[in-house]
Amino acid sequence: MKGNLLIFVCFLGGIAVGRAGIAPDWLLESSLPKLLLTVLVGGVGLGIGAGDDLHRMIRSLRLRMFALPLFTVAGTLLFSLAGVLLLPGRSLTECLAVGSGFGYYSLSSVLIADLGSASLGQAAAVELATIALLANIVREMLSLFGTPLFARWGGMAPISAAGINSMDVCLPLIARHAGTDYVPQAILHGIALEVSVPLLIGLFC
Amino acid sequence: MLRIVSVLLTCILVGYLGRNWKVLRRAERLPQLLIPVLLFVFGVSIGANRELIANLGRFGWQAVVLACLGLAGSLLAGYVAGRLLEKKGGRHER
Repeated sequence: MKGNLLIFVCFLGGIAVGRAGIAPDWLLESSLPKLLLTVLVGGVGLGIGAGDDLHRMIRSLRLRMFALPLFTVAGTLLFSLAGVLLLPGRSLTECLAVGSGFGYYSLSSVLIADLGSASLGQAAAVELATIALLANIVREMLSLFGTPLFARWGGMAPISAAGINSMDVCLPLIARHAGTDYVPQAILHGIALEVSVPLLIGLFC
Repeated sequence: MLRIVSVLLTCILVGYLGRNWKVLRRAERLPQLLIPVLLFVFGVSIGANRELIANLGRFGWQAVVLACLGLAGSLLAGYVAGRLLEKKGGRHER
């Protein structure tokens, strides 16, 4: 919990620094988050390789692990349908397109802005892309902070909730709270969803 | 994706080969330390995005509703998947 609070404070502090305009240029460099994420995933990899669980982990790989991403897609899209009832002016396909980001805010918003401009018009597509960006950032945050809580409902629940981020940002927390047994499933889940994002957004836009 | 997977696999291999090296065993703690840094950098990029901050009031609540719906749906799906997929077979609960 303490660690979670620290993460949240860092996030808010970052927003404040960004808004105040006092951030040095290197902090705004778009390659910086990418670099940090790479080091983060590298650290997880080193931990797995040097740890005692590697053999057990490899033996735990099963074909049925491919089922979890399908559950995540179905659950997310089914619940996103309810957005039509709650949000006046949003169409069914718009709600589904935003839901299809699965926490991948950068790719989903760019795809919606790009593909949506043909079907929705330029302005509406940019608006929907902004909503997709925000919604998927919020999803990433909620799943990151919620991982310790979600892990009480079994190891699969925090993986599904994390969406795409089960293979990077949320991976260390999943390993800690659900157990390292779930790391292969979490990685496979993230990869499968990453492939599905452009396909689903293409379908709904 | 390819980058993430290749970094992960390479580092698993490096970690495995050097598993008797104490420094590498400590690398496990690196992600815990990096997440707050990553979130800070992420926050800076959001805060510096004037357009995004300006539109927060107009679209923010719609985004939160859609995010919560997606999260709730996948959480339920993950719970159901756990019940269905883990009941039989060798995977033991922690």
